[in-house]
Parts: sequence; structure tokens; C-alpha cells
Amino acid sequence: MNKQLFNSSKEIRQDKLGRLLVYSALTVVLVLALAMLYFIFSKGIATFTQNHINFWDFLTRSNWNTDNLQKPDLGAWALMVTSAETTLLAVLVTTPLALVIAIYIVVMSPKIGGRIVQPLTELLLGIPSVVYGFVGLTLLIPFLRNWAGGTGFGVLAASLVLALMILPTITSLAVEALNGVPQSYQTFAYSLGCTKWQVIVHVLLKISAPNLLVAVIFGVARAFGEALAVQMVIGNTVQLPLGLFTPAATLTSKLTTDMGNTIDDTLASNALWSLALLLLVMSLIFNLLAKLVLRRSQSRESISR
Amino acid sequence: MANKQQQTEITTRHVNVYYGAKQALFDVNLAFPKYQLTALIGPSGCGKSTFLRCLNRGNDLLGHTRVSGEFQFEGRDIYDQAVNVMQLRSQVGMVYQQPTPFPFSIFDNVSFSQRMSGEKNPHKLAAIVEKSLRQAAIWDEVKDNLQQSALALSGGQQQRVCLASVLAANPKVILLDEPTSALDPVATAKVEETLQQLKANYTIIMVTHNMQQASRISDQVAFFLDGKLIEFNATKKIFLHPQEQMTSDYLNGKFG
Ligand SMILES: Nc1ncnc2c1ncn2[C@@H]1O[C@H](COP(=O)(O)OP(=O)(O)OP(=O)(O)O)[C@@H](O)[C@H]1O
Ligand SMILES: [Mg+2]
Repeated sequence: MNKQLFNSSKEIRQDKLGRLLVYSALTVVLVLALAMLYFIFSKGIATFTQNHINFWDFLTRSNWNTDNLQKPDLGAWALMVTSAETTLLAVLVTTPLALVIAIYIVVMSPKIGGRIVQPLTELLLGIPSVVYGFVGLTLLIPFLRNWAGGTGFGVLAASLVLALMILPTITSLAVEALNGVPQSYQTFAYSLGCTKWQVIVHVLLKISAPNLLVAVIFGVARAFGEALAVQMVIGNTVQLPLGLFTPAATLTSKLTTDMGNTIDDTLASNALWSLALLLLVMSLIFNLLAKLVLRRSQSRESISR
Repeated sequence: MANKQQQTEITTRHVNVYYGAKQALFDVNLAFPKYQLTALIGPSGCGKSTFLRCLNRGNDLLGHTRVSGEFQFEGRDIYDQAVNVMQLRSQVGMVYQQPTPFPFSIFDNVSFSQRMSGEKNPHKLAAIVEKSLRQAAIWDEVKDNLQQSALALSGGQQQRVCLASVLAANPKVILLDEPTSALDPVATAKVEETLQQLKANYTIIMVTHNMQQASRISDQVAFFLDGKLIEFNATKKIFLHPQEQMTSDYLNGKFG
């Protein structure tokens, strides 16, 4: 028998060590994530299990009154509506703009686009949200105040700040999506007698549609999750946002506003955790949505490969 | 009245092409007879694709190219300011080396050019799709799956679907850049057979690296070397009695 065959070599030991490192790192990450999920979940349901708030009321009522412990009136409906409204408005404003910029970068003028516009959008991507909020506060609010009267704070201000914030997100993802369409498709379309416009609409946009949708979903997720910048310009009043200039509050802005002002294990604190839980569920949904869109388009392609 | 066989479809004179500062074609003069198949041969990098791209103004898309010379097509200069480039490209269709069908259904691929020029009538589109697929000799293989993605087809089938897409645009001239280099012998034979049938109604110009292929299906052969046209003659003459030493060297595998 050859004894060497059973001896562990240096390489095998290295391999084992490497594997150990990777698995322990993975375990740490996994434990942290699970712990966080458990923490948010257990704290988040305390509102309903300990403080006996009706779950249905929490989803459908619009008051946020945690002071009267005898008769608390607590509901996240107005917050959810405001979150949805500001997000929707922001995405509606930004998506066409982002698409135009992306098309400009990829098709119309790759030179100027690639050297100036794209680095610019990537720069915008890295600016912290507090700066966007600050810009909104000092430039946008006075402008809205002069233009429409009132305080200027409110849903519209928040939506516009969000629109600016997600512009680089959607643009850079849209650029990636458009660049993902093989050049050969464009060449073939031109050689069949297409105009540039037809190539853009019927080849580029059509083929990259699923990835463009994912870009928009990521924009939605970022807008929905943004707290600080929104809080700075929205006026922070829990009420249904009936007009564009109504001061309101979103799920996230309410969280940031009240975070420092509650005592642990009180209703006021637990209610905030419930908001956090709600946000967690929402972002999970956005992620699943993006995955679903991608999986569907990929499976379509792999079937056809 | 001139005999159908002797009319020329495209005449080029003094063609020079530059990529930036680099000259890729030098004073090329060629005339392509109507309803014949002309093969362009020559070693890699000698400018065959470049020349082919001149004929449908494909070089315009590359940006840094400059083309000079005369290109007569149906009594007009292809590079005339007044020429509608989209119209020209649908009349001078191009099939590429790698099959490039869009990731759409076979039907949407073949009907693409007609839909882009505004045809909406589904019956007319269906008729054009069928006719083009038949011409490209792939109708029988795909007629039951027209809604299937074109990418699900084999390479040879994809290449013939691309050919059908080009035919659906109603071209007069078909340019092919090494259309069979990615195909196996069976698929190649199919494409060759198709081309021979198409010759009755179309003028065909084809780049090929396959000398047997050139001798099998072409009527004329143009031999390029380092951006210059070395010899242009009937296929038989080129292969049996080349006039130039370089041509016979190339055909005998001495270089390239
Ligand atoms: N887009 C381009 N930009 C710059 N130079 C190019 C470009 N396309 C081709 N060339 C150059 O022009 C010359 C001719 O190229 P071309 O592609 O026409 O050759 P070819 O005969 O088709 O070769 P092959 O048989 O390998 O396809 C080559 O030297 C090549 O490097
Ligand atoms: Mg080539």
C-alpha cells in the first residue's frame, strides 16, 4: 500500500481551512440576518399581541394617537397611502426622463453620453440622501411656497425630491439594460431598412423591456424606502394626502421622526416596530417582483436558446 | 434589348475606403451582372466585408469610415445625398456571418421589415411570411411553429430565417457575408441550394472563404488581396486559368 495516498498534503489543509473560513462567514451572516428578522418580527407584532391593537384597524385607520393608552387610535393607512403616492408620483416623473437619458447615452451620442452624462449620473448615485433633502429644503420648498402658496412642505415636495433621487438609479440600470441588447440586433434592423427611431422602439426597448421594468422596480424600492430626504420636506403630519400640497408623513418618515422620542416597550415604540415590519414586508415584495420579472424573461430566453 | 443576363445591377468605380487614417480598399472597380451570383474571395482582412458594407451603406453606421468612389445602382449613385438610405437598405439586403434573428417569434422576425414599413394587414403579412420562408427553403421545417421564438432554431435554420427576413423586405440585391461559415455541411448544402434557386430573381453577392463553395455556386469570382481587387472573372476561368500569379497562388493554398 502506498501510504502517501492517505496523507493529507499542504494543499488539502489549505482547502479545508478556506472552506472553514467561508462557511463560518456564511454562518455569521445568516445568523445576523435571521436574528434581525426575528427581532423586527417579534417587536413588530407586540403592538397587536401586547397592546391589543386590532390588526385590521392598524391597516385601515389613519390616526396616529399613542398618548391615550385607554383608547389608543392607531392606524397606518394614511402613512401607507402617502408612501405609495409619493413613490408613484416620483416614478411617473422620473421614468420617462431616465429612459430618454439612457437612450441618449446608449444610442444617440455614445461619446458625449458615455464621457459626460453617464459619469454624472453615477456621481448623483453616490450623493447621500440627506443632501437631496437639503437641496429640496433650500431650493424646492421656497419655490413651491412662492408658486402655490402655503408652506411648500408636502406630498409634491417629497415626490419631486424622490424623483431626483431615483433618477440616477433608474437611469444607470436602464443604460445597463439597453447596453445588454447585442449590437448585432441593431445592425440587422438597420440593414432591413429601419430608421433610428424604429431601431430604438422596436428593437432596443422591446428586447430590453424586462430589464427596464426591473430598473423601475428598483427605483420604486428606493423611493419607497427613503426616509431622511422625505422627512425633511414632507411636513410630517399623519393624515390622508388629499392634495399635492398637503403636509403628510410616509411610513419611513414617521419612523425617522419619532424614533428618538419613544420609550422601549411602550405602545408608541411598538407601533414604530410595526411600521418597520410593514416596510420589511414591502421591500420583500419588491425584491420578489424584480426576481419574478427577471426569471420570466430569462426562462423565455433559455427555452428559446 | 439587352439580354437579361448581361444587364448589370450594380457598378462600382474607383472605390476607396478609409477607417480613420487606415485605407482598407484601394481603387476597386467591379460590375455585378443582374441575376447572377458573384463570390468575393481573398485572405482574412483583405477588405471583402468592407466592400460588401459599402453596397448597403452599412459603413455609415460605423462612424469613423470614409467611402469614396462611384456606386451605380439602378441608374443612381448609392451615396447620392438624395438617396433614401432606409429604402436602399431594404432593396440591398444583407445576411451576416453569424445568424442574427431577433429574439422574437419566427413570424415577427420575417414580417419585421414589412411591419416597419407600415404594413398592418395580417393576411398580407401572413402571405409575405409564407412566401419568404418558402423562398428561403425553410417553410416546411417551421410552418407549424411560426409563433415559436426564432432563437429556438438551429444555426442553419436561423440563417435561413434571416434570409427570409431579408427577402420579405423585397430586395433586388442580396449581400451575404460568409453565410455558411457557422454551419455544418448539411445546413451549408441547404443554404447553397437555396441561393441557386434565388438567383433566378435576385442579384447575389457573397463573401466566402470556402473555395469549393465559390466554384459550386458562383458565376463570377472577385479575388481581393490587401484591399485591392486582383482579378475578376467568370468562375470557370478563375479556377481553371487564373490570369494573375497571386490568384493561382491563393487558390493553391500558398498563402491566406
Ligand atoms: N470597423 C472597423 N474599424 C477599423 N478598421 C476596420 C473595421 N472593419 C475592418 N477594418 C479593417 O479593414 C480591413 C479589412 O477588413 P474586412 O473586415 O473588410 O476584411 P475581410 O476581408 O472581411 O476579412 P475576413 O475574411 O476576416 O472577414 C482590415 O485590415 C480590418 O482591420
Ligand atoms: Mg469579413
